Amino acid sequence: MSAIELPAIVPAAPPKRSGRGLPGLRGTGVAAHISALVLAIAGFVAVFGARLAPHDPDLTNLSYAFVGPIAGHPLGFDSQGRDLFSRILAGAQSSLLGPTLVVLLAMVVGVLLAVASAWKGGRFDTFVSAALDVLFAFPAIVLAILVSVIIEPGLKSATIALAIAYTPYIARVVRSAALRERARDYIAALEVQGIRATVICVKHLGRNLLPLIVAQGAVLFGYAMVDLAAISFLGLGVRPPQADWGVMVSTGQSGVLQGYPLESLASGVCIVVVVIAVNILGERLTERANSVSR
Amino acid sequence: MSAPLLELNELSVQLPISGELRTVLHDLSLTIGEGEALGLVGESGSGKSMTARAIARLLPPGAKSTGSVRYAGTDIGSLKGAALRSFRAEVATIFQDPRAHTNPVRTIGDFMTEALRTNHDVSRSDAAKRSIQLLSEVGIADGARRLEQHPHELSGGLLQRVMIATSLLTEPKLLLADEPTTALDVTTQADVMAILDGLRRERGMAMLFITHDLELASAVCDRTSVMYAGQLVEQRVSTELHDDPLHPYTAGLVGARPRIDGEVGRLAAIPGRPRSAFEAPPGCAFADRCNHAQDVCTEARPALVPLDDGLVRCHRAVELRGRLQEVTHG
Repeated sequence: MSAIELPAIVPAAPPKRSGRGLPGLRGTGVAAHISALVLAIAGFVAVFGARLAPHDPDLTNLSYAFVGPIAGHPLGFDSQGRDLFSRILAGAQSSLLGPTLVVLLAMVVGVLLAVASAWKGGRFDTFVSAALDVLFAFPAIVLAILVSVIIEPGLKSATIALAIAYTPYIARVVRSAALRERARDYIAALEVQGIRATVICVKHLGRNLLPLIVAQGAVLFGYAMVDLAAISFLGLGVRPPQADWGVMVSTGQSGVLQGYPLESLASGVCIVVVVIAVNILGERLTERANSVSR
Repeated sequence: MSAPLLELNELSVQLPISGELRTVLHDLSLTIGEGEALGLVGESGSGKSMTARAIARLLPPGAKSTGSVRYAGTDIGSLKGAALRSFRAEVATIFQDPRAHTNPVRTIGDFMTEALRTNHDVSRSDAAKRSIQLLSEVGIADGARRLEQHPHELSGGLLQRVMIATSLLTEPKLLLADEPTTALDVTTQADVMAILDGLRRERGMAMLFITHDLELASAVCDRTSVMYAGQLVEQRVSTELHDDPLHPYTAGLVGARPRIDGEVGRLAAIPGRPRSAFEAPPGCAFADRCNHAQDVCTEARPALVPLDDGLVRCHRAVELRGRLQEVTHG
């Protein structure tokens, strides 16, 4: 290759990344960072909560029923005389694990369906889209009742029911984004290089949809938490006496009428705080995903 | 002559445009031999890119095609799965806009070595070595560093060189170059073209070179085909086509370019606007813009006939032979 006279190419300095913040949260703002911190604490409590609890969360002592906050018991006792603070800590696990499983399950199924149907197109796409639309018509609670009839009611049945109910939400959004991405020229360029469809879907399509998928997951996590609490409230999810925030809101209702709202209030506040944190984080991540892809 | 590497036989393509199927390619027949470069020239909408897409099996959804595209004797329309992938590995495509055809979030290294690693089982480090070697052949000296960079960190000309290097990595037999220099500025165009031409000749690859620059086509191609409204109107040895066009449309193209020698006057223009295949009049597709059109031109569609070692689609070709340039620009 000496026949062609080539101009020298001057190396350019690598440009700096824009936006400030922690890795993974760069450019999402202060609120998102605070939300991430809240979630980190919630996650820590979910893992170690039962061990952190100062008292046995299931130990009843009826002589302390509805006693307010006293030394060593910062939130007082519930109707059965169990230490509320310990129950909140112990309940974090099932309250956070449930929604996490729901979102993961729905995400795996939804993304697989969405990418496959966007890639294949044609009749397969029509069929999948129609099936998802049908699924859309079932409210999550109805599905939960249905599933709890088939398998024993509990966290498992509620999680499966919600995962089914949430799949179309993820699949729809991801499918439309995947269709848009599929039509891009770089995908065609990969195709003519003779690269396998699965490789393109996983390494290119999937990879480029990841910010959107993560953001969608975060938003759905918030919904899943509220819905799981509602299902537990109806007695179809986590069952008393196991500590769970949703169950505690439900069992606390008798106390509310008698003038002791602390059980419902404390567990309700926990749910609200985590849901708000997840939503803020999800929203900021979505915004960032959109601004990057434009 | 042995069997050509690529053979298009009466290829017609119809696309669904606003609800109905419209013809964009009409009875197109072409051959490219081993190591031969064929230029495909025409205005926007004449079907050049659609031809390349039909060969690469990249027609948009809903497109219908008749006729056949044969590569090394096999009809590529029937290829599926692994066979289709291996055909695509032998035919490299260089696109007009390198930026749109690279995944923006992956590095140049990922982009260049992906086909080698996934289709040819080359190890990551070997693939990187070969990439760096080819990058240096296209005039990018610091290849190792470039492999770490993302497409947005490279200029258009640089990225197109990367595309060229990438398309050569798998040692294809046929190169489909769809206006590879159109998106670049004029000074880089010459470099990129020189690199492409040099590497192609060195490796004895065949090439379908699509451009609207007739000069460029005659400089790098053995034969040049001129397309108008989805049809072939003239095909000849490049130098002859350029110096002595047979079809009035080719003459118009030759005359429409600025000259750097002689007096500077008004540029000759072809009146009217280019027609797509589906809006072509019943007779000769070019009749309504042609200075030499007569009644016969609007009545019957001319056939592609051999003339002076080439092919031309014009009723009056014999009559106008040799006089076309002076008549057109006199």
